Amino acid sequence: MNVLEFAALVGIGSFLAGLLGSLTGLGGGVVLVPLLTIFFKVDIRYAIGASLVSVIATSSGAAAAYVKEGFSNIRIGMFLEIATTMGAVCGAFLAAKVSTAAIAVIFGVVLVYSAYLSRKPRSQADRDAPPDPLATHLRLNGSFPDAGGVRHYNVQHVPAGFGLMFGAGALSGLLGIGSGAVKVLAMDQAMKIPFKVSTTTSNFMIGVTAAASAGVYLKRGYIDPGLAMPVMLGVLAGSMWGTRILVKAETRWLRIVFSVVIALLGVQMLLKGFFGTI
Amino acid sequence: MTRANWTDEKVETIIGNLLIVGVVLSAAIVLVGGIIYLIHFGYATPAYSVFRGEPDTLKSIRGILRYAFALHGRGIIQLGLLILIATPVARVAFSIVGFAAEGDRMYVVFTSIVLLILLYSLFWSSSIA
Repeated sequence: MNVLEFAALVGIGSFLAGLLGSLTGLGGGVVLVPLLTIFFKVDIRYAIGASLVSVIATSSGAAAAYVKEGFSNIRIGMFLEIATTMGAVCGAFLAAKVSTAAIAVIFGVVLVYSAYLSRKPRSQADRDAPPDPLATHLRLNGSFPDAGGVRHYNVQHVPAGFGLMFGAGALSGLLGIGSGAVKVLAMDQAMKIPFKVSTTTSNFMIGVTAAASAGVYLKRGYIDPGLAMPVMLGVLAGSMWGTRILVKAETRWLRIVFSVVIALLGVQMLLKGFFGTI
Repeated sequence: MTRANWTDEKVETIIGNLLIVGVVLSAAIVLVGGIIYLIHFGYATPAYSVFRGEPDTLKSIRGILRYAFALHGRGIIQLGLLILIATPVARVAFSIVGFAAEGDRMYVVFTSIVLLILLYSLFWSSSIA
């Protein structure tokens, strides 16, 4: 296989990852690294560098569309980005200290857990709790357009959410993924922010989080232009097309199929990590 | 009152446009660099299974700029990626302006912390790693 064929195949694979990632809302980065390491035999460090770059591209591309709809809350996003960027820089430093086998094992656990999370129904309890003094002081409470007019919401458990966001950032920096699933978990489950606001704000934050670790990865020489080029262009094209056809597509079955794929890739990564074949 | 002109919605619209411009610009540069790269090295053998790390010309900002302006395909791709990484940084920097114009001091401070972390990662992190 020469460079031209390699770029074409990686480009097609990345396009599919971006398309499925945006249609299912699970993100493309999470399947990219296993795809590159398992099927293209790419060293996991190069794979993480390329994935990180594509994560910034999709986040910026999607956020551009979302911010105008008025769902995302820039104050929540900016406040929590203090935690995610700090976590991301720590995660990126950690990536140089731990072995590639350990990274593969952590990746496998995250994949299996994401697959599990995507099948779990979300709870809608506790949505009308009284304002939390800390959240009020930080001006995090907000409102968004809903079917029945403007809906207000009160943010809860700020310290827990902040801590989870640090973890999300560290995973993003260590594994080169957007960790949108953990971000949504922190906002939707811990901070009781409405799901629609959580997902769009998460999307908004992913690019900034990834940029924080991408700087470290670039400096360390993990971002290879020959690999990042087809990955970034493929994922970007796939996710843009995905957001366009999202309204018409039947995503329920797609989500089931994609979560099974993610779980299988997770098991593969775990095996590779344990048997040191990475 | 000029402050009334700076609403959250207006700031968000400008940020949305900024992100689109950044992504489109970087994708275009990466594409041009990719074509040049493939014309020159399309028949070479890819070697990504062994990690070697990038040379200095592809990992420092000064090296990338010099390599890109010498019209090397890999350098141009890397310049496009650098613009991509800079897009969220520009977004955060602009948010500071937006919060300042709204008179929101607390969020000027929060956003400045985020900007400092990003700048640290881009410019100074290599001295520690």
